Amino acid sequence: MDMRTPLGKVRGLGSAKSGTEHFWKVRTTSIALVPLLLFYVVFLIMHAGKPYAEVVSALSNPFVATINALTIIASIVHMKLGMEEIIQDYIHTEVMKLALLMLNSFFSLLVGGLCLFAALKIAFAG
Amino acid sequence: MANMTKNRPLSPHLQIYRFTPTMAMSIVHRITGGALYAGTVLVAAWLIAAASGEEAFSWVNWFFGSFVGQIILFGYTWAIFHHMLGGLRHIMWDLGYGFEKHFSTKLANASLVASIGLTVLVWAVVLIVR
Ligand code: HEM
Repeated sequence: MDMRTPLGKVRGLGSAKSGTEHFWKVRTTSIALVPLLLFYVVFLIMHAGKPYAEVVSALSNPFVATINALTIIASIVHMKLGMEEIIQDYIHTEVMKLALLMLNSFFSLLVGGLCLFAALKIAFAG
Repeated sequence: MANMTKNRPLSPHLQIYRFTPTMAMSIVHRITGGALYAGTVLVAAWLIAAASGEEAFSWVNWFFGSFVGQIILFGYTWAIFHHMLGGLRHIMWDLGYGFEKHFSTKLANASLVASIGLTVLVWAVVLIVR
């Protein structure tokens, strides 16, 4: 027996009111992250510990700068969503849950914003 | 009414089930996800320092190049590979494949071996090339 109203069925948003959006964004970002991180992690261990001038010049290469920015965006969105899932699973008091979800959002946005600004600054101004 | 929410039957949790490779890999997927969250902060520190100038960078970069820093970076590489392979297994299941018991156990073991293999391979190649 289908208890859903025709309108509810068309909207397809379920009890969370956001449908499969969360799930879908985690999957989309994870697929994007496969090629991005394969490049990124090799770049990172190639350059960690190298002299300043060499690192900055490598990071300001237009190709590297683009991958850098895309990896930052995909990672930050993905890690924010992933951490939401962990918080929702383990934190059962409402106030604490809301506080941590908010903290997770602010923290992700802050780190993402700083990283993007840093990546663009290096790309445009060295 | 209060008891209705407090005494709800709960589904059995970790300590009830026999430990299996798929279960271990599921837990490790979550742990590596959390570890990568922390790892992002380290990468962010490196990037932001590089954008801030030579003095700030030399501090962070010294740490990354140090023995402890290299060990952390090695662990970070493994966490990425393990979580990546775990994530790809998730995508496979989402598409409706790979639920057969023996296959999923083999795949769980294989992804652990592959994650270690890929980490060692990438580091070996990078250390030779750089
Ligand atoms: C190739 C790269 C990656 C792939 C394919 C991937 C894939 C996935 C998938 C499919 C999930 C959902 C698991 C589930 O539904 O239980 C997930 C969860 C998660 N991911 Fe990733 N991920 C990648 C990289 C990252 C990175 C770089 C971070 C952190 C910066 C991260 C952090 C997380 C977190 C915190 C979770 C939540 C863990 C959980 O719910 O158990 N992932 N990932």
